[in-house]
Amino acid sequence: MAVTAKPGRKITGAVLRWVVLVVLGIYFVLPLVAMGEFSTRGVNDTRSLDSWTGIFADPDLVDSILTSVELAVLSSVLMLVLLVPTMAWIRLRLPKLRRLVEFLCLLPLTIPAIVLVVGMAPLYAWVNYLLGDSPLTLTFVYAVLVLPFAYRAIDAGLASIDLKTLAEAARSLGASWGTVLWRIVVPNIRTALIGASLLSVALVLGEFTIASLLNFETLQVQVNLIGKRNAGLSIAVSLACLVFAFVLLFLLSYVGQRRRVTVVED
Amino acid sequence: MVAPVTTSAGGGAAKAAAPGRGPTRGNVLAWLVVVPFLAYVGTFLVYPTILVLAGAFQDSDGAFTLSNLTDLMKGVYLQAFWRSIELSAITALLGAVFGALLSWAVATGNPVGLLRRVVVAGAGVLAQFGGVPLAFAFLATVGFQGFVTKFLQDSFGINLFSGGAWIFELPGLTLVYTFFQIPLMVIVFLPALDGLRPQWREATESLGGSSWTYWRYVGGPILFSPFLGAVLLLFANAFSAYATAAALVSQGSPIVPLQIRGFLTGEVLLGQENLGKALGLGMVIVVGVAMGIYALLQRRVSKWQ
Repeated sequence: MAVTAKPGRKITGAVLRWVVLVVLGIYFVLPLVAMGEFSTRGVNDTRSLDSWTGIFADPDLVDSILTSVELAVLSSVLMLVLLVPTMAWIRLRLPKLRRLVEFLCLLPLTIPAIVLVVGMAPLYAWVNYLLGDSPLTLTFVYAVLVLPFAYRAIDAGLASIDLKTLAEAARSLGASWGTVLWRIVVPNIRTALIGASLLSVALVLGEFTIASLLNFETLQVQVNLIGKRNAGLSIAVSLACLVFAFVLLFLLSYVGQRRRVTVVED
Repeated sequence: MVAPVTTSAGGGAAKAAAPGRGPTRGNVLAWLVVVPFLAYVGTFLVYPTILVLAGAFQDSDGAFTLSNLTDLMKGVYLQAFWRSIELSAITALLGAVFGALLSWAVATGNPVGLLRRVVVAGAGVLAQFGGVPLAFAFLATVGFQGFVTKFLQDSFGINLFSGGAWIFELPGLTLVYTFFQIPLMVIVFLPALDGLRPQWREATESLGGSSWTYWRYVGGPILFSPFLGAVLLLFANAFSAYATAAALVSQGSPIVPLQIRGFLTGEVLLGQENLGKALGLGMVIVVGVAMGIYALLQRRVSKWQ
């Protein structure tokens, strides 16, 4: 019975699988095609690349792109500086604090960004008073937003190495804690750190809620503003953003894989 | 010697400590390492959150009051909450069903193949980093001058907007939200599908069970908790989402996040600022409950893996 039923099931399964892939594939690719079509519309049903070349002709847009890239780098660095020593230290010396740090890192998932911004507004009055109102001050809140993603990536990285033994070996050979961190922990969880950074960069480049409500002109805020007067241009930039984030995450899938391979080899 | 690892904390300082006092002094120093992280998170996450939660119970002079919360229970605010919950629930269910199907189609393929990489990376972009670009993708597709709108008009004479400007209202939000809900489902549900062992299927078959038997008595029950958990996560995700809706709807505030925008951009009466914080408290409660149950389900699921 089972033997005769098997090929039939395999075929129905394969057909259903392809139906699902094709239908949902169209559902998700269609908007991207539409963006490509819309952003290359010229006058009188002609094709034109004006919207795309217009990206670099708009000084406000170029400024906001630079701002967002700077924010992405600064937030990733701040996230690494805050998380890596703390998480490594907790695994080595203060396991009791692990639940608390995990809770704090995952908390941004439960506090919607729009709610966080309500509480941030008075805080940012102080930040801007002390540090000036540069959009780069958004780094502080972005480092918080990326915590859940970064925590999970780094935690997985730390779990994949025998941190305690490595640290004890280094310490018994006379290494300071700083050396242990910089020359033992960081190189061993390199791929996890790259993963956490890529996720942070993608998140910061896509962030809109907090920047727009605190009145800072980042990339997404600018894209939204442009949308009100030049739909073609805003759609071209939107498509570029989506493609860029896709490339980052696609690279990430290879980073994660390489880590697994090295673990097996060890 | 290996001893320093367990007794000393800050290099030379702890080495100089007397052996008897070592552990306590070491512990104090050990705690110091965590202080920057705790201070930072305290300032930029915990403090603003407390500010919102406490503000919900204060009037404009800072005195304790429950009037913000009672105001929330009526009129436009209550309507916005119901509409947000409705939007989140519908898109969570749609996202969960179609996302589960897509996950299944991907999980049955090569685990390191190109298809899976493309789908997972694409899902990550749309689910977590889309925001504003998604709103414009939606407009380019079914907006007034959109690709599909024009195609249907030119080829079949179908006017998508004969029923009104639905794309800027709840039906439009529902459609655009599924663009990030289905991908999020793929991200959270794919690991659960990967956890199904091929041996279970083989065992079912060798005992004479059909595909239906397998899903009815083995696969289905195992996937039930992760599926339910994913629905809750998707609900919380849609309920918290702001960017896509804000870029799409520039006038009016049909859902709670957009109403909070009104309070932040000063579109409300003076002296009512704390009503915005009460809306925030309401959102935290709704999202918190969904995420809390999600965490409980996760704990149950992890026993299986």
